Amino acid sequence: MLAELTHRCPLSCPYCSNPQELTTISAELETDQWADIFRQAAELGVLQLHLSGGEPASRRDLVDLVIAAREAGLYTNLITSGIGLTPKRLEALNDAGLDHIQLSVQGVAPQLADWVGGYKGGFERKMHVAEHIARLGFPLTLNAVMHRHNLDDLPATIELALKLGARRMEVACVQFQGWALENRSMLQPTREQVDAAKALVAHARKEHRGTLVIDFVPPDYYADFPKACMGGWGSTGLNIAPDGKVLPCHAAETIPHLTFQHAQDVPLAEIWYDDPAFQAYRGTDWMPDLCQSCDRRDVDFGGCRCQAMAIAADAGATDPVCRKSPHRGLVDALLEAELGAQAQQDFIYRKPPASV
Amino acid sequence: MSNAIPYLPRGVRTHYDRIRGRNVLLGPERALMLDEIGHAIIAELDGKRTETQIAADLATRYGAPVEAVSVDVAEFLTDLADKRLVERRDP
Repeated sequence: MLAELTHRCPLSCPYCSNPQELTTISAELETDQWADIFRQAAELGVLQLHLSGGEPASRRDLVDLVIAAREAGLYTNLITSGIGLTPKRLEALNDAGLDHIQLSVQGVAPQLADWVGGYKGGFERKMHVAEHIARLGFPLTLNAVMHRHNLDDLPATIELALKLGARRMEVACVQFQGWALENRSMLQPTREQVDAAKALVAHARKEHRGTLVIDFVPPDYYADFPKACMGGWGSTGLNIAPDGKVLPCHAAETIPHLTFQHAQDVPLAEIWYDDPAFQAYRGTDWMPDLCQSCDRRDVDFGGCRCQAMAIAADAGATDPVCRKSPHRGLVDALLEAELGAQAQQDFIYRKPPASV
Repeated sequence: MSNAIPYLPRGVRTHYDRIRGRNVLLGPERALMLDEIGHAIIAELDGKRTETQIAADLATRYGAPVEAVSVDVAEFLTDLADKRLVERRDP
């Protein structure tokens, strides 16, 4: 379960997965409301809790939330930019039993990283935070979000993960949802970059086996088959928005005909099992014939519903990145247009939510 | 590796999942469902005994040939070590 504790964040990454309509601080759930959700989640069978945002460290009650999550019996992972994690706070999180930290980096060159994150001095501060994470012995995953402007730095990014003592790294090519969709023509890598990255990752996995686990999230538009979004809609994962809205995935609100319930109003188990939004694309009954009859039906589950919505304007269609999709031509046309013209000159940064 | 002492590093622990009625190995962004054999091996990781000793003890307990158990234990732990869910240190 992904708990987006807040949409507040000191960074303004142009590929942020938060929705365009950001939740304000006044609409955020209270500490005890989150604690209740964590208990319900554990009872429902959730094993792992990912505390995310926005920047979860923007919540003043972060330590209390970690305590509550551990008391509920959840494996607790903090997904953070590192900004706002002082040594003192990290020590308190350590005492609270935080299991794991996933630290994001926007790049390995300070100037580039700070440009992408829209936050001057961010890279340097992150590196200080990483030192303290290592000092306290937290298991660390380095999450490197990759795109056209930093994919060529992949070797240095892997070196950084090793230097910081990360056990895992995610080489996560930008997924075009949320703000990334606005910036697609700035972010889309080239095919040459993608091929080089794949070869590098394969090589690095062998070289660093037993030291660094490398997960590679390939860029969808160059794929032959779609990703199994969320391992299948409503099958293994759920997302709680800062205001308690319960979503099958973080981008589900882009599907206009779905409505969502709030965990402070309706028991989580009831939402999980019965909510029409969770039922909408659960299993295989909803699938078009193309997916129903495909031997990959139970491998990729038709791919990403939000991507089908974004590109084919139909959330019930086969994911358009699939080679078999009648909409695949739209993806190829987008690739060609965006890599050819490069009309966009600068990022459209994520704007902060109103401070009320 | 058989002479090494395997152990679960910080951030990796077993958890009994009541809903699914299974033991699970929880680690950084991983949840591995353990079968009976896997769970039996993990339960032996006390940070004191070497892999050889663990295999011998399991063989005795289950009345199985130690050669076969050693192969199973080594394969299982090597796979987890590659995933950085198990660490090994010298005795």
